Amino acid sequence: MPILGILASSYLAAKGSYESIATVTVGSGGVSEIDFTSISSTYTHLQLRGLSRTTRLNSGDGDGIQIQFNTDTGNNYAWHFLSGNGSAASASAATTTNRVALFGGADDGGGSNEFGAYAIDILDYKNTNKYKTVRSLGGYDSNGTGNITFGSGVWMNTNAITAIKIKAVSASNLMQYTTFALYGIKSA
Amino acid sequence: MPTTYEPIATTTLGSAAASVSFTSISGSYTDLVLITSAKLTSGSDDAIVRVNSDSAGNYSQTILSGTGSSAVSARGSNATKMFLDSYGWVDSTNFNVSIAHFMNYSNTTTYKTMLARGNNASSGVDAIVNLWRSTSAITSIQVLANSSTFTSGSTFTLYGIKAA
Repeated sequence: MPILGILASSYLAAKGSYESIATVTVGSGGVSEIDFTSISSTYTHLQLRGLSRTTRLNSGDGDGIQIQFNTDTGNNYAWHFLSGNGSAASASAATTTNRVALFGGADDGGGSNEFGAYAIDILDYKNTNKYKTVRSLGGYDSNGTGNITFGSGVWMNTNAITAIKIKAVSASNLMQYTTFALYGIKSA
Repeated sequence: MPTTYEPIATTTLGSAAASVSFTSISGSYTDLVLITSAKLTSGSDDAIVRVNSDSAGNYSQTILSGTGSSAVSARGSNATKMFLDSYGWVDSTNFNVSIAHFMNYSNTTTYKTMLARGNNASSGVDAIVNLWRSTSAITSIQVLANSSTFTSGSTFTLYGIKAA
């Protein structure tokens, strides 16, 4: 009986309830965005897992990813984070904004071959009675710099999520070998 | 669609042990998830991880912790180990629970990033990102009590997640 999710004790799921939906790995030259479309309503929750590195050059200060749902680019999102940079903890938020920003990715100012990692849960994604909540654990380390971040966000819309767009917070490109896999989690 | 979240191995200690190892890990998954529920025979300490028997200074980490009174952050550079916890340490009173995600552990292009969450209800909670500066695929994982021993009943389970 596998244990799912970013907080081990959060879910206990029956065998066969966690399925791979699709994976995107960025090729040579990079891309501006990753899209998952036509997402089935077969599941109860979604999970995104992956590695990211962007073309932003900022001395290894890192770069986040942003998520938008169903091609909605309006100011229908909000987010919060709690972060540690190796010397201090900090927190920030945005309201009535056009994306969920999730921090913890790497940028191209860090050491070569270094990527940030994400485990992101999108909860009750097809429920048409609720706004949609996202939670994330993301982090990168560059042997002297780094960032580890808890993030949460909301899409203030009751529509079922059928598409997810991932871009760099900085609007730079996602580099080669950036990869995100989308999984579906079923409930009984 | 096929099941993609599978148990690989579980160790439940029948007697105290200084370390637990998972070896000959298949490269057939995308990510590995290690879940520990551990207690020490005495004192308190961090649970640490080494991969592929590498005990050189090829690791580093950035840590965010809740201490019960404040949020703090720390880091390690050129370290000889990964950390599963910090303020959510392992002790001889409570079973510390940690979960570690080894992302894209078998690719041979990138350094390996591991996300960990450490939890001890009486001491604190942690989120940690660890880096292993190697492009080698991870084929073995050793969990150690930094300078103590895990007590009988401690459990260590490794899962594999396979992407489409």
